[in-house]
Amino acid sequence: MYRYDEYDQQIVDERVAQYRDQVQRRLANELTENEFLPLRLQNGLYMQVHGYMLRIAVPYGLISAKQMRMFAHIARKYDRGYGHFTTRQNIQFNWLQLEDTPDLLADLASVEMHAIQTSGNCIRNITSDEYAGVAQDEVVDPRPYAEILRQWSTFHPEFAFLPRKFKIAISGGKEDRAAITAHDIGLSVTKNTQGEIGFRVLVGGGLGRTPIIGSEICEFVPWQHILTYSESILRIYNQYGRRDNKYKARIKILVKALGIDDFRRQVEEDWLAAKDGPGTITEEELNRVASFFTDPDYATLNDHNSALNEFKADNRSFSNWLQRNVKPHRVPGYAIVVLSLKKTGIAPGDATAEQMDQAADFAERYSFGELRITHKQNLVLADVKQADLIHLWKEASASGLATPNIGLLTDMISCPGAEFCTLANARSIPLAESIAERFDNLDFQHDIGEIELNISGCMNACGQNHIGNIGITGVEKKNHDEWYQVSIGGAKGNNSAIGKIIGPSFTFNQVPEAIDRLLQVYVRERIEAERFIDTVRRIGHAPFKEYVYATDFKVEQEAVADKHVVTPAKYIVPFYSPRF
Amino acid sequence: MKIIKNKTIVEDDWHVLRLDEQDTAENITVATGKIIAPLRVWQAQRDSLQQRSDLGVWLGSAERPEELKDDLQKFAVIAVDFPRFADGRGYSIAYNLRVHLGYTGELRAIGDVLRDQLFYMQRVGFDAFAPRPDRDIEDALKGFADFSDVYQISYNQKLPLFRRVQRKGRTATG
Repeated sequence: MYRYDEYDQQIVDERVAQYRDQVQRRLANELTENEFLPLRLQNGLYMQVHGYMLRIAVPYGLISAKQMRMFAHIARKYDRGYGHFTTRQNIQFNWLQLEDTPDLLADLASVEMHAIQTSGNCIRNITSDEYAGVAQDEVVDPRPYAEILRQWSTFHPEFAFLPRKFKIAISGGKEDRAAITAHDIGLSVTKNTQGEIGFRVLVGGGLGRTPIIGSEICEFVPWQHILTYSESILRIYNQYGRRDNKYKARIKILVKALGIDDFRRQVEEDWLAAKDGPGTITEEELNRVASFFTDPDYATLNDHNSALNEFKADNRSFSNWLQRNVKPHRVPGYAIVVLSLKKTGIAPGDATAEQMDQAADFAERYSFGELRITHKQNLVLADVKQADLIHLWKEASASGLATPNIGLLTDMISCPGAEFCTLANARSIPLAESIAERFDNLDFQHDIGEIELNISGCMNACGQNHIGNIGITGVEKKNHDEWYQVSIGGAKGNNSAIGKIIGPSFTFNQVPEAIDRLLQVYVRERIEAERFIDTVRRIGHAPFKEYVYATDFKVEQEAVADKHVVTPAKYIVPFYSPRF
Repeated sequence: MKIIKNKTIVEDDWHVLRLDEQDTAENITVATGKIIAPLRVWQAQRDSLQQRSDLGVWLGSAERPEELKDDLQKFAVIAVDFPRFADGRGYSIAYNLRVHLGYTGELRAIGDVLRDQLFYMQRVGFDAFAPRPDRDIEDALKGFADFSDVYQISYNQKLPLFRRVQRKGRTATG
């Protein structure tokens, strides 16, 4: 993976010093809270329900064992012993003191990490394919380009105060695993018919209140030009994006208002001046950065089927795990292993300090010392010898990291929700837990098969509800009641689609039943190995809608009333967290 | 009044003319002396104003620098207003003035100009800064020194880091 040279280290160290000084000035009241707010946000620090939350960047989701151990250290030293991995491949700590944050950032800088631009109206941490470099369907490894983009976007002087946040995702596989259609800029690194590398560039995708699939602005931008081309997109957006209404300020609204053709014309007019200029990436720089992403020292192995098959035959749990949590690797004898952070009873994406240390340990012993964070809030060991799978499975099971549910119903995406986030209307995590409990039976889950259930506590859609096969969104109605909209038909990847709401909203306690009914329709209607999403596409929404609302929901009203997000006691006792 | 010019504090006697509600670009009187007038006033009173040798003009964050394309040499100073420091349009206005339009005279940041934005502002082409008067201008100077190097190009740095220095690739120890 990429290692800092003295320039990278100096920039990050100077950021710590700058931030330390800003915090001191804030504490001395030399900066007002209004002035400090964008400064701390550009450093990932939010004021949330309990106090300060810090989001740390994991560039394109890739970290070393040493860095993972630093997260464990941070969880113990500054937080309450756990952290929360996010849908953007980052990690958040929820219970921090402002005064501690400069020291925390200094600790991070000591392992080549930071929280730069993980929030605020700037270019955010760049996300990518969690299987980059090891996927069988990879066309071009996106990681060198992701790192080059990371450096270009870090403290870009012109784009620190954009109309709104700006997210770039980059994918290099035949299958898009980075949800590039749902990003402000989506990059698909690919080869043209001459074998030259370049990017298909999408612009103006996004979720939130106005979910839009990104439009293609250019079919092929040669790799040398991707920084200047992106810069022109940003420059047009910075000047013309709306600033009068934060809900209409994302680039997707501008692209929609202008139309992609007019937007493209403006971008390309701006780009003419910079194209082939010094901002063009050199072969030398690409080679330098790419040198950090060469193959690890793989052994020459054959696929290791017989011993696994033998063990699998006697062990149902292992067999399930192998089927769900182990993915094919492009090198014979190796496998990709997903460590599930979706154990029933634990908030999706939460990991304790002990689990982080364990995962770091697994990485060192089984996977060349590296890990990835996935957009589905799990961890990945990308280079595991197939011969080690049985050992790893036993150890991961003991650490609560081997729930065999990757891609299944309980592998849900959830935002932190109203208990942590000041934006949310509804409690996403308890809802996720309530759903997980209802469908905890693994045989049932394996029967239902691949399905993506995504939960967001509000319209801002951090839980990616729009692209879930089943999407749930918390919507506030009168009296602070929590209500939930349910949509179906959303999808990410090459056939990405925005889900459609099936009908009137549900109460907290009705949601699991509503999901159950959706699944009953699927089981009734499915053909052979058809996935839930395929059935929805084939038969449409109507049969689902009809069945879900056909009969009353029998839920106890008292239980429904037990959900007030404004009750302070709920905040003080985080019953949902793995630590309690 | 004191401003920062080329990273030093200097006395400055330019006056920024701002329109009150009752004023219009056509009827406002532009006093004699060193006045930085709004773009709209320049456009409305161009015939009389262009005789003056001591005129400046300022752009609002929603205004287009291209409107000054043919007049750039007529001004002793061009200013860009930041109505709120979080309104970042001024950065692209400055960049466009410098890079696309080739303006080489004084480019001044006015309005909600604060220490923590100066590093970025000097990068996109501002060389003069009128920090908000309620803030310590000496303190603001520190903002220029936040970082000793940068990755990407902008007006003040024509080469990206990777073209300026020899950077290390992966070493044997990884």
